[in-house]
Amino acid sequence: MRKIKDDIIEKIIFFCGILSIVFVVLIFGFLIKEGISFFKEFGIVDFIIGKFWYPSANPPEFGILSLIVGSVLVTVGACIIAVPVGIMAAVYISELAPKQIKDILKSLVELMAAVPSVVIGFVGMVSLAPLVRVFFNIPTGLTAFTGSIMLAFMAMPTIVTISEDAIRSVPWQYKEGAFALGATKWQTIRRIVLKAAMPGIIAAIMLGIGRVIGETMAVMMITGNAAHIPHSIFEPVRTMTATIAAEMGETVTGGLHYRALFAIALVLFFITFLVNFIADLFLGRSKNK
Amino acid sequence: MIKLNPKLSQKFAVAFLFCATIVAIIPVVIIIFIIIKNGYSAISLEFLTAMPTNGMRSGGIFPAIVGTLSIVFCAILITLPIGVCAAIYLNEYAKDTLLTRLIKLAIVNLAGIPSVVYGLFGLGIFVMFLGFGVSIIAGALTLSIMELPVIITTARGALNSVPPAFREASLALGVSRWQTIRHIVLPNALPGILTGAILSIARISGETAPILFTAAAFYLPHIPRSPFDQVMALPYHLYIISTQIPNMPKNIIFATALVLLMMVLSMSLIAIIARIYFRKRRKW
Repeated sequence: MRKIKDDIIEKIIFFCGILSIVFVVLIFGFLIKEGISFFKEFGIVDFIIGKFWYPSANPPEFGILSLIVGSVLVTVGACIIAVPVGIMAAVYISELAPKQIKDILKSLVELMAAVPSVVIGFVGMVSLAPLVRVFFNIPTGLTAFTGSIMLAFMAMPTIVTISEDAIRSVPWQYKEGAFALGATKWQTIRRIVLKAAMPGIIAAIMLGIGRVIGETMAVMMITGNAAHIPHSIFEPVRTMTATIAAEMGETVTGGLHYRALFAIALVLFFITFLVNFIADLFLGRSKNK
Repeated sequence: MIKLNPKLSQKFAVAFLFCATIVAIIPVVIIIFIIIKNGYSAISLEFLTAMPTNGMRSGGIFPAIVGTLSIVFCAILITLPIGVCAAIYLNEYAKDTLLTRLIKLAIVNLAGIPSVVYGLFGLGIFVMFLGFGVSIIAGALTLSIMELPVIITTARGALNSVPPAFREASLALGVSRWQTIRHIVLPNALPGILTGAILSIARISGETAPILFTAAAFYLPHIPRSPFDQVMALPYHLYIISTQIPNMPKNIIFATALVLLMMVLSMSLIAIIARIYFRKRRKW
């Protein structure tokens, strides 16, 4: 009797184990199904390199180039801020910070990850955007630049935590070896520790990028939502995620616009899959050392 | 090029890295400060327990709080057992086969999918295909799939930290594999699993994009009666009142943000304290 019960439970456990695969396939299948039916009516090339996103014009235009540019611009901007600051903070926390404040610093960095993105978006809208508008003397503070700053804050916890892990797991013999040769602490960090931790740090950067590209609410609230190709970082932009979130409510189920949004989701799915896959490869490499 | 004295350059470097760390932690402090400073004056018992009135421009946020709690509660009820079982499979049963590697790849991939894509998926499958409509259950299912990789990863960590000797001792006594897991491994991993679950609850309470098209209602001044009801939700409510409603009193928006923030942060804090407590009590 007990044997049968055990068997059934183990079957359930196995089923739950493969459920992740089922979900990924389901999500992918769903996006592909709607996406392909969209591409049949509206060519995939026009979709990717088309400059105009006018879903309610007649005939409608579904070119997502401006949305891709928007996403990339905001992401690159966020990375320029978050990557150097994040890595430096990770080095300080793991190698230099006094023991007593190490955990406090770490918890404070992680605290940022707990703040909901809609709250970050709201604060960015009411406090940072007016500052940007006045400081740079531009018509609106809701720009790609503002979005980049807020998103940099959101990517920071990911970058710091994972880089810190990578730096901490550098074998102590490496460091002792360098010290024995008369290197200072900073020389050791720069020439030995950072090099040894590099795969983990790259993984951290990739995961940070993944977080920023997929971010929706904050971006939708701060970047101004103008679907055009911007000339500078101080103009409003619109990202792929924000387009989906903002327009899904207005579409007719099954209509061309509805399927176009699924096609954008498909593009996002591919991008984040690639980014996370690369991160995972580097993470695996840093663990195998 | 001038070569700096190594000692001096070390001093500069440490100071510089310290500044970077401050830059990394100052934003969260500022954000929390801004919200508390502007929001606390509007917080009252009435604000927490009354229905919104005057087109949400006054009154309370009670239905939004209840809505969020019910969505999150349903979601964790669905995702926790599945996630823990999946973690048990990966940690206790799975061998290093192609299937296991595929499962791990799937988990990594699930973790990376943007939240708004989950929202679309939930809309397509739960709201439309399965016919749940925009409802608590559709939102909860969407959130539960999104949170699954996080639950699996933390539960796996907790199971993995139970020393192998515990399992071997039990197996040596002739206890079956499942009984060993049930009576030896799981009880020891429970604190870690629960901490992870609380952190997940905190995270999904603040999620907006996945419930945007699956559960959240713009304005619905009553309490849900069944899981198939549409509800107001706190994060969505914050989005609405801060972007869509003209002449919205600022202090009400800040107060709503404060309630959401406190809900999320207090749960994270509970999880962190629990983690420290259980780590100290651990006998191994």
